[in-house]
Amino acid sequence: MKLFGRKENSTGEILAGGENAIANKEVEGLSQGQIVRRRFFHHRAAVIALASFASIILFVMTSLDVKMGPIRIPGWWKWTVEDIPDLRYKDCPGGTTGCPTLSLDPTSAAFGMGTHPFGQDDIGRDYFALVMNGARRSLMIMFVIGAVSGFIGVVVGSISGFYGKKIDSVLMRLVDFIQTVPTIIIAAVIGKAAGKVGPLYLALFLGVLGWTGLARLVRAQFLSLREMEFVDAARVAGASNLRITFKHILPNAVGQIIVVITLIMAGAILTETGLSYLGFGVVAPDVSLGLLISQYESSFTTRPWLFWWPGFFIISIALCVNFIGDGLRDAFDPRQRRRITKRDRLQAKLQIKAGE
Amino acid sequence: MRRIALAPLILFGSTFLVYNLAAYANDPLAELRLASDDGTRQQIIALTRDLNLDVPAPLRYFLWLKGVLGLFIGKFDLGSTRSATTVWEELSYAIPVSFRLVLAATVTALIIGLALGIISALRQYSRFDYAMTFLAFLLFSLPIFWVAVLLKEFMAIQFNNFLSEPNIPIKWMVIFSIFTGIFWGSLFGGERKRFWSVFGGAFATSFVILWAIDLTDWYLSPGLGIILIGFLSVGIAFGVTAISTGLSNLIAKKAALTMAGLAVVCYYPAQWIFNNFGSYFTIFILISLIVLTGLALSRIYSKIDRGPIARTAIITGILSGFLILVDRIMQSWDDYRATDAVNGRPVPTYGQRKDQLVTEDFWLNNLDIIMHLVLPTLALILISVAGWIRYTRGALLEVLNQDYIRTARAKGLNERVVITRHALRNTMLPLSSLFVGEFLGLIGGAVITERVFGWQGMGTLFIRGVNGGDLNLLMGVTLLFAVLTIFGNLLSDLVYSALDPRIRLGK
Repeated sequence: MKLFGRKENSTGEILAGGENAIANKEVEGLSQGQIVRRRFFHHRAAVIALASFASIILFVMTSLDVKMGPIRIPGWWKWTVEDIPDLRYKDCPGGTTGCPTLSLDPTSAAFGMGTHPFGQDDIGRDYFALVMNGARRSLMIMFVIGAVSGFIGVVVGSISGFYGKKIDSVLMRLVDFIQTVPTIIIAAVIGKAAGKVGPLYLALFLGVLGWTGLARLVRAQFLSLREMEFVDAARVAGASNLRITFKHILPNAVGQIIVVITLIMAGAILTETGLSYLGFGVVAPDVSLGLLISQYESSFTTRPWLFWWPGFFIISIALCVNFIGDGLRDAFDPRQRRRITKRDRLQAKLQIKAGE
Repeated sequence: MRRIALAPLILFGSTFLVYNLAAYANDPLAELRLASDDGTRQQIIALTRDLNLDVPAPLRYFLWLKGVLGLFIGKFDLGSTRSATTVWEELSYAIPVSFRLVLAATVTALIIGLALGIISALRQYSRFDYAMTFLAFLLFSLPIFWVAVLLKEFMAIQFNNFLSEPNIPIKWMVIFSIFTGIFWGSLFGGERKRFWSVFGGAFATSFVILWAIDLTDWYLSPGLGIILIGFLSVGIAFGVTAISTGLSNLIAKKAALTMAGLAVVCYYPAQWIFNNFGSYFTIFILISLIVLTGLALSRIYSKIDRGPIARTAIITGILSGFLILVDRIMQSWDDYRATDAVNGRPVPTYGQRKDQLVTEDFWLNNLDIIMHLVLPTLALILISVAGWIRYTRGALLEVLNQDYIRTARAKGLNERVVITRHALRNTMLPLSSLFVGEFLGLIGGAVITERVFGWQGMGTLFIRGVNGGDLNLLMGVTLLFAVLTIFGNLLSDLVYSALDPRIRLGK
């Protein structure tokens, strides 16, 4: 058995020129944005993830009421978190109460969502409403952390990389300083303090902690980009520092920045749920996915649905964000060529033959 | 050098910050204030006196700092906890517990992740590669507490139930065998025909093994036995030789096979030694013996180029010896299950040791430690292995695209040498600097894992510190983590610059 055997392509050698031709043809006459968009939509997993993510957000956001001050947009779901309907006990397996009514079997009479698709908790609250509410909290926290970390990271990284010298070393020591204490410690302490004032503040505080990796990356990008000839050219043409930063350097770094922000967001939802699980994040009576799992952990053997559904939503959201990030990375990476599929090979082969 | 000088300053800043935040977040007397009888009033006064609560937090920090700085004059003092024990006492009990967990998880995850990542990169864009990418993303997205609860339910409770009525249904045998077949088939890759032949082989093998396990009730009194160890050792000898020197090196092959033979010959003597002198020291002596034997073999068999031969023989010897060790630990399984403390439910869900298990037996004690380690370590591995798969794959692919790899291939080196000597060594450079970061990152995961599995480690102390407003306890943990982080980062930079001559520190 060949342990180190390299996968040989029978057509590999003659196609060396062909592969380049395919790759070049693909980007001919397109702008940077068009190339990126095109590459992203060629990434099947990323597109599926994007579609699922969009539908999760839509599903979660429209199911319950949205309250913004005096305005109240009603959701399509009949129960709210405050309702306490009667506990279902008929036709539940093993004498449990409040089992889920969701049925995916199209032949059965109960097909569809039913009254309590995700079941009910121990006092009868509709679990679908609870999970939707929790998912909404977790999504909100995720986006706020992403935005705050992204903003601070880009600003600090740009200043540090652009000006260099004293400012750079001071800012980088600040980064070292924040990275010294493991995130969970400082996040728990802050979460404990912020839990009193609500999830929005928790998200803001966590965002203030999460930017260090991004700042380092942006700084490195700036350090290499500011030595480029086009920056010199812009400076000679009389462009101001701000203009150089926004028009010449940032657009070149935006790909990596977006990718890192997606990674921060995927990590953020896990951090938030983890903290809530430990009791340092979102606290009752507010609802979050981590808190739900923590509350119903002990009832796993009797009522497992109380455990499965929040977990399912955490994993789906994090998985989607991760895959979107992966697709973006491939799309923005200029060195990355699209994978040459069998069909491309065949076409190129035919073209070469036709050329001969 | 400048970074070492800055370290105390950074430490000072971060501890100051955490101290004041924590002091703001928690009032240690909040619960006591609710009651108003005389006893609690006494308690409040006592606590205030012991913990200097009458001093405002920013100033109290300096009292704490004074105790810490006492380190340099021999009067190290981290203060006392609310329950009147000293923080140092609690820490010295908790550190080994957490360290055991995190170290076991990091090392295992590193080995598995490296192997999967390397194969994934070598078979880029194969089925295996896609499966690994998906697996890595899935693992990235799993919340650790969720995994831990699932493991507790399915690996521990269900497995214990299974042991009381051991019977593997045919359905599960088939399903498991299909998965094994797919794994090995896509691992070796290649054309469709080869995939199916490997698949068939792996499927049949795992099915037969499961069948045999079921028939002989192997999981009730497991063990490898001398025959199985013989076969496995010969397999190891071939495998190690193939990777380490290539099978064409006949002398190395001979040395490795001799080593495997010695392992079989030494099986019964080893049993006697293990039964009578079971201790870590014995194991250490035996490992040294294996190393010496390997060196001796290379001297006997060859006059030139002894290094690779000795290396092959020693690795083979250590792996075979490890099999014998595993076999010995497995032999304790039956006794372990029968003890009163275990009572037929050997996979524990709680704690780091069984307190009721009082025994002098070296093997029983170790089996107990291992059984308690299994589930929490598995949870941590699942979380961190994804990172290693991705890093390794990325780093190796990056290296494989370099010009020197093309040069190596162009000058006619075989693929084994190109991969092991030219590519892998350069892949290890960026990975070595990640190790410390991963290790420290796992501490965060360990806090949650410890809570789920009820371990009395650093994480538990930390949660107690935050929840109970036990500032000194919290600060003890924070200080330890911060020092670990700073020195870990420093160490990783030093290691990196030592391995990579292109990087120089201290500019």
